[in-house]
Amino acid sequence: MANKILAVLEQREGILKRSAFEVVSAARNLAEQLNLEPEVVVVGYDVSNIEEIVTYGLNKIVHLKSADLADYSSSGYKETITNYAKETDADYIILSNTALGKDLAPRIAVGIDAGCMIDCINLDASSGELIATRPVYAGKALIDIKCNSAKKVITIRPNVIKTKPVENPASPNVIVKEITSPNLKTRVIEFKKSEGKLDVAEADIVVSGGRGMKAPENFHLIEELAESLGGAVGASRAVVDAGWRPHREQVGQTGKTVSPTLYIACGISGAVQHLAGMSSSKYIVAINKDKDAPIFTVADYGIAGDALEVIPALIDEIKKVKSN
Amino acid sequence: MKIAVCVSHVPDTATKVKVGENKKSIDPNGVTYIINPYDEFAVEEALKTKEKLGDDSEIIVISVGSDSSKETIRKALAMGADTGILLKTENDFDSIGIARALSNEIKSQDCELVFCGKQSVDYDNTITGQLVAEMLGYSCITVVVKFDIDENKIKAEREIEGGREIVESEVPAVITAQKGLNEPRYASLKGIMAAKKKTIEEKSVKSSGKIIEVINMHLPEPKKPGRILGTDGSSVPELVKLLREEAKVI
Repeated sequence: MANKILAVLEQREGILKRSAFEVVSAARNLAEQLNLEPEVVVVGYDVSNIEEIVTYGLNKIVHLKSADLADYSSSGYKETITNYAKETDADYIILSNTALGKDLAPRIAVGIDAGCMIDCINLDASSGELIATRPVYAGKALIDIKCNSAKKVITIRPNVIKTKPVENPASPNVIVKEITSPNLKTRVIEFKKSEGKLDVAEADIVVSGGRGMKAPENFHLIEELAESLGGAVGASRAVVDAGWRPHREQVGQTGKTVSPTLYIACGISGAVQHLAGMSSSKYIVAINKDKDAPIFTVADYGIAGDALEVIPALIDEIKKVKSN
Repeated sequence: MKIAVCVSHVPDTATKVKVGENKKSIDPNGVTYIINPYDEFAVEEALKTKEKLGDDSEIIVISVGSDSSKETIRKALAMGADTGILLKTENDFDSIGIARALSNEIKSQDCELVFCGKQSVDYDNTITGQLVAEMLGYSCITVVVKFDIDENKIKAEREIEGGREIVESEVPAVITAQKGLNEPRYASLKGIMAAKKKTIEEKSVKSSGKIIEVINMHLPEPKKPGRILGTDGSSVPELVKLLREEAKVI
């Protein structure tokens, strides 16, 4: 019997996240390249879109089910997944490098005595051995790594390894295993949603502001521009440290690394720490007064002008274009 | 209570990375090393916890590294930690090796509460704290932006996508610090002087081989230079046209 790969998917409030389907696609790929038997594992209670998994090419789904595990519990999830991985003697476990995946992956690794390849942006097993590529120094450099232990826990960076829907998906084969009295020593008792609509790390479009916005009250322009594009608000470290914006919006080396389809930097000169956190965005627009600012070295399109003057014009133009 | 703080000596975030001759790590020439920024929040939280407990709790700073890591340990001592331990090694450890060395030391010191940064800013590993906790059989809460302890009960807030989780757990525990947890204090002159007199115990540790092996380090493809369309709002229509027709992103 072939060795197993378990794709461990994340659900929140009973809905599988978009990044979960990226894990399905990646697991399917590895299974083909390494001749592994793939299985999808979902921990939670009622999961409404569980059958959508088959769209991405895997149909054996194991639902480790308990009302106590509807919300995340690091101790409960770790115990449940580790037990199942031992039971199936799985060699590969793959998750998304989300807050939950980052928290959980190393715990499972210790549980099954595996090595841990985290935050991978490329997985290549065409040679018969898995070589993963991951960013280090906040993306200033990349490393190709291999894992010398028999068992491996892998996390993939969200939004990078794309989902691949298949034609004629098989019908879902969902096996429900009831989990009784999981270890709830560490558990989430409440979730406080932040005011911002969209998280900067998960958004497809990010509009960021820096010192060039001149004052915190001018950030309504950044918010309006983000809203006109359906994007999230980001910020440079300078304005976070100055207390203009919350830390959760910070993009860069001591903030979040983002790779959206479109990144608009307004009044950001582009310190090396900032560039590291956003250079992998697909398209970058820079609006900054200083035409020699480093941000223009990574921008696809730039306007070397005052952000406070350019942004209102940009909001108007986008609204005009979108309404047509 | 004995409190451990794990710290790491890393290249300054302003470093422009060049790949070293071995093609496996960065060129260390001209690189300034600092305490890992997230570890400063860990040190501060340990100090605040000790102040809150108001007892004779001892804060032990532990680092795995070479002699130069003493600078970072000294920095934590200057902020107010009590003693330092350098787990000295000249060879390169991976996260599991580092976690193994740290957890062995924490166990022998019998520390019930452990603080560390949520990640190091060199290899961006976000797993060391969890590995240490699992190796010790401790609870662990990661990416913490608010921390409270009452007897052996812990309540913390951790940052996740779109909000904060409020998590309950109990000691013994490992807490990994996120920016925003606190404002790290500056070391006072008195603190710096006192730190010089505090002991840093050295113990040598050996790696039992790396599980994660770096085959090659390289730089990302440089972006090709873009176009500056103009210097004011009059270029906006052209920008929007390019975003629609060339980039196809809006």
